[in-house]
Amino acid sequence: MSRLLIKASTPLCLLQDCGRFGVRHLGVTQGGAADWLSMAWANWLLGNSPDAAVIEITLGGLSLVAQDDCTLALAGADLAATVDGQVLKPWRSFALKQGQTLTLSQPLLGARAYLAAPGGIAAPQVLGSCATVAREQLGGPDGFGRGLAAGDELSFNGHAQPLRELASEQQPVFSPNPGLDVVLGAQIGAFSGQSTFDAFNSPWTLDTRADRMGIRLLGPALVYQGAPMISEGIPLGAIQVPPDGQPIVLLNDRQTIGGYPRLGALTPLALARLAQCLPGEGVALRPTTQEAAQRQMVGFMQRFG
Amino acid sequence: MKPRIEVVAIDCLMLRLFDEIAEANMPWMLAASERLRASFAGNLIDLVPSYTTLMVHYDGLALSPVEARELIAQALTDLRPQTQNLGQCHVLPVWYDLSVGPELTLLAQRASCPVSEVIRRHSAHEYQVFALGFAPGFAFMGLVEEALAAPRLNTPRKRVASGSVGIAERQTAAYPAQSPGGWNLVGRTPSALFDRERDGYSLMQPGDTVRFEPVSRAEFIRLGGDDTPQEALA
Repeated sequence: MSRLLIKASTPLCLLQDCGRFGVRHLGVTQGGAADWLSMAWANWLLGNSPDAAVIEITLGGLSLVAQDDCTLALAGADLAATVDGQVLKPWRSFALKQGQTLTLSQPLLGARAYLAAPGGIAAPQVLGSCATVAREQLGGPDGFGRGLAAGDELSFNGHAQPLRELASEQQPVFSPNPGLDVVLGAQIGAFSGQSTFDAFNSPWTLDTRADRMGIRLLGPALVYQGAPMISEGIPLGAIQVPPDGQPIVLLNDRQTIGGYPRLGALTPLALARLAQCLPGEGVALRPTTQEAAQRQMVGFMQRFG
Repeated sequence: MKPRIEVVAIDCLMLRLFDEIAEANMPWMLAASERLRASFAGNLIDLVPSYTTLMVHYDGLALSPVEARELIAQALTDLRPQTQNLGQCHVLPVWYDLSVGPELTLLAQRASCPVSEVIRRHSAHEYQVFALGFAPGFAFMGLVEEALAAPRLNTPRKRVASGSVGIAERQTAAYPAQSPGGWNLVGRTPSALFDRERDGYSLMQPGDTVRFEPVSRAEFIRLGGDDTPQEALA
């Protein structure tokens, strides 16, 4: 067993995995890594299963000390990580010797970094997952939805692995103004013609109102012309439009049902990219179909073998 | 019933069975849920029922959208409303009191009746659980009779006590844990509504029925209830 001692943290440093399933009908949210792809790569670098428990670090503010010699992996955002002051770039596994300090301080590129450990970080399984959801008091190091805090000791049982780096052509690109694919559906037919044009032809800006429940986009007001809705299930990535016309992309910690009309839902790849955007950054929405998106996803996932 | 299948995400299809909220929907919803669980089997990730719809979240790496639609169509073939296993009937003890149900007076005024009559009417009906949402174990139940219906508070409370029983429009619900909320509060139940150690986790499941039973403060306390006034949480 190897241990990591948390020296500094924020409420946005969370244990995550792929989330809770089979419990949505009970009102339990999904949870899980907001950028599932970076989590999967962090785990891949150590030979873990893609959904082994990791630390999701949003914006930085995490510092930890190795209590034993170990190998870890870092993927996702570049949060100015250092090991005892030496720069550590993401998309690689690295050795951390007993007593060495890993620090992630501030976002240089992207928003969320994922730190994986061999075999996955040990954490209590609550409703089948360790995903931390503060609102629901589920998951995390104590099982009751708490984020990581100074003094926490995390452990893992896997053994040190040969060091690996993700080939640059495999690394997700975090270039500005990404196009995000939207599977058209839900109530899109009940928006005004101008609104469906605007949705896919206007630049959108991430609002500061952004968390793991949803990210609000600022742009032209979209007008829904349909009848008032009865609440229904909401999928991951759904783009709902409240009466003010400013769309909200619903993320992992969203409520399970809701009654605002929706344009459709982002694809998993678009969600992974959006999870790396900061407030004030621009995005574009691109229409796609369920069939095309599904074929692309099946092809994409083959790289994980 | 007029079933329609709508695309809602890369790996989710919405099965829309009805257009109106009605207690009579439930035997059909339960029958369709059971059939969908059987036809998707291991490829079903989640099935989210809500009033008039069933959202089917399936494994998009195992099934194409066309295959998923075929499984839904297959599940609906010769569908009959469920007549057996219609869900459990729960009796929830409720301490109806102004200290834990501050909107009792407002509802009595709206219905032009005494508070005792609001309590009698709210506890007289056996409600259907239409859906769970908002929070783990939070069951949307109905239908509350027209005279007791009231819109949500203009300003939601930052903290509603765990166990609080409320009314919003023609729905009623109990808060499984302390949370923000805008429902009109009428009382409090000592029952544990969500318990991670319990088989099935949530006391109430979609399709169950619920009756509220008025109890005294002494009985409420005996059953483990916390009588901290709602006001003290504000």
